[in-house]
Amino acid sequence: MTKEPVAVIGIGQTKHVAARRDVSIAGLVREAARRALEDAELAWADIDAVVIGKAPDFFEGVMMPELYLADALGAVGKPMLRVHTAGSVGGSTALVAANLIAARVHRTVLTLAFEKQSESNAMWGLSLPIPFQQPLLAGAGGFFAPHVRAYIRRTGAPDTVGSLVAYKDRRNALKNPYAHVRDPDVTLEKVRSSPMLWDPIRYLETCPSSDGACALVLSDTAGARRAPRPPAWVRGGAMRSEPTMFAGKDYVSPQAGKDCAADVYRQAGIGDPRREIDVVEMYVPFSWYEPMWLENLGFAAEGEGWKLTESGVTELDGDLPVNPSGGVLSTNPIGASGMIRFAEAALQVRGQAGEHQVDGARLALGHAYGGGSQFFSMWLVGCERPDA
Amino acid sequence: MREVAIVAFAQSAHRRDTAEVSEVEMLMPVLHEVLGQVGLTAGEIDFTCSGSSDYLAGRAFSFTMALDGVGAWPPITESHVEMDGAWALYEAWVKILTGEARTALVYAYGKSSPGALRDVLTRQLDPYYVAPLWPDSVSLAALQAQALIDAGVTSEPELAAVAARGRTAVSSRSGADADDYVVRPLRRRDCPPISDGAAAVVLASRDTARGLCERPAWIRGMDHRIEAHSLGVRDLADSPSTRLAAQRAGAFDAPVDTAELHAPFSCQEVVLRRALRLDDAVNVNPSGGALAANPVMATGLIRLGEAAARIHRGQSDRALAHATSGPCLQQNLVAVLEGS
Repeated sequence: MTKEPVAVIGIGQTKHVAARRDVSIAGLVREAARRALEDAELAWADIDAVVIGKAPDFFEGVMMPELYLADALGAVGKPMLRVHTAGSVGGSTALVAANLIAARVHRTVLTLAFEKQSESNAMWGLSLPIPFQQPLLAGAGGFFAPHVRAYIRRTGAPDTVGSLVAYKDRRNALKNPYAHVRDPDVTLEKVRSSPMLWDPIRYLETCPSSDGACALVLSDTAGARRAPRPPAWVRGGAMRSEPTMFAGKDYVSPQAGKDCAADVYRQAGIGDPRREIDVVEMYVPFSWYEPMWLENLGFAAEGEGWKLTESGVTELDGDLPVNPSGGVLSTNPIGASGMIRFAEAALQVRGQAGEHQVDGARLALGHAYGGGSQFFSMWLVGCERPDA
Repeated sequence: MREVAIVAFAQSAHRRDTAEVSEVEMLMPVLHEVLGQVGLTAGEIDFTCSGSSDYLAGRAFSFTMALDGVGAWPPITESHVEMDGAWALYEAWVKILTGEARTALVYAYGKSSPGALRDVLTRQLDPYYVAPLWPDSVSLAALQAQALIDAGVTSEPELAAVAARGRTAVSSRSGADADDYVVRPLRRRDCPPISDGAAAVVLASRDTARGLCERPAWIRGMDHRIEAHSLGVRDLADSPSTRLAAQRAGAFDAPVDTAELHAPFSCQEVVLRRALRLDDAVNVNPSGGALAANPVMATGLIRLGEAAARIHRGQSDRALAHATSGPCLQQNLVAVLEGS
């Protein structure tokens, strides 16, 4: 028996900001869930199961918050699953939800990811204390900056490439009403003269800390047929993990990322991702990760990713737009960031991305990663049903 | 629907304190044992899924260290739930049902000893209205026990009998203080021990299972449901979510001979027996259940593993396994396992 095709029929997200002091955690997630239901023109009763994801519970100080959120998400009397796969969790959560439909266990599933980072300090939440780790790092930037330097040394990329990514993503964010960081006065010079945080990553080349939630309504073929707006069809989805550290690990281009992308392309019958995929929403928390992931995901040969960025290929009007939404650089409620990538990819192929719509987008990749560049989740969505 | 079976189960010796080993060191022998039972390596498993909690570990991303113990190289297809491992098993079951995997490794672990478990579990409660009051897990279970006594559903002598059965299976709560009240009406013997431990199972699809296990424990149905969080809107003497999950899992279609119930407190076994319509003919918690060992985050997975192991050994033909999560049985999972 083949898998049931899975469609995204509803998408909702909150306006992402530094601190949503006006709502509780329940209020935040419910806002995104209601918007997804409204988009699908469905009611809470139409949902068979809820799959929720977020990054570490310490970010809000609530252990297993899904227990408390069951009421707010209309899950009472239904199955509720909670996924946590580090930074990739938003993507993984959507894939776990999609599998419930693919396996024909459920017909219509609400999946949601969130983070309310204003409840704590995420940077120090990500800096593990003694006795777990030596006090060498300050936040994720401290962990990833050496790998960015390794990329620059390995490829000979000019040191201006990172700022180009940040300048692009921040301008794209101005076209996305939900984006957190929206600076209409952003200039390339402003990015290049912003304070250095973790060499070579400057302040304006790093992601913000956001409060936000993102929700998707997924359904089967029958549900997609009834949907009021065009669905996005899941053409492929995969997760891969590798250990945090081991001799021979390639932090610049991890094998798990390559394997994950290859699995997704195989499922979707993609031979040449650079030519066949129209738009990419990739997880770029620090500017330099755009060229790094372009190589890891097979859009550029090894050592060539920065050339795509430098030549404008990844601009909104370029040949392969990357992060038309403004990306993680503009919006980062960590647990939700992966699902926002998946959702933005779906918005593109549904033709509903508004001002940041890529003309004629038919196939879009959503990408997330987490941990020490070790957890990967991706999906490829299209405007056509997989076996149609 | 594809047929899926539990083909192997292993668990650690659950202990009050394991300060001398890390979580990875506690978990690795269990992983080696369960994979050894089926003669597979981590790399030969199609899907790996685990359950654990950062709040027990006291650090963010604690599950990433466990992954090092699995040996995820070359990279593996893997996922994690911040829930009891029973729900990791559910996710793995769904993965096999899609046809994307034929085998799955599921594991769970938890160390309760480093912190004050009763206080830690208060952090699961509504963060605005309940958690600031720090109502601990034993006190909440005592509310449930009192609700059952007030409703005439059970009595302290009946709770003593439930606790005695758990004690007979594994003599862990037979100390001199067993009769002392912890929080009225719950006595020491009505409460679970504090345990550190780990468990793992291997799942396999139909054709693969027969080659890995002489008598696989076939999952005939599995479902889970959640209830409202606020204790004030729930009838603590009943468990409608357990009943609904059991119904959806097909538990009421034919009698079971064995039931492994995840009831950390004796009063919760009373609630579950009623919701699941288990009579005296059913062998309930031959393992001793959660009253004998309670490695939080693994206890539910162990119920599925213990039920499956009885089928593997030919001691059961049709068994029910149950797992719970949240205060006073808020969320419940039921699986029905058969030997043929």
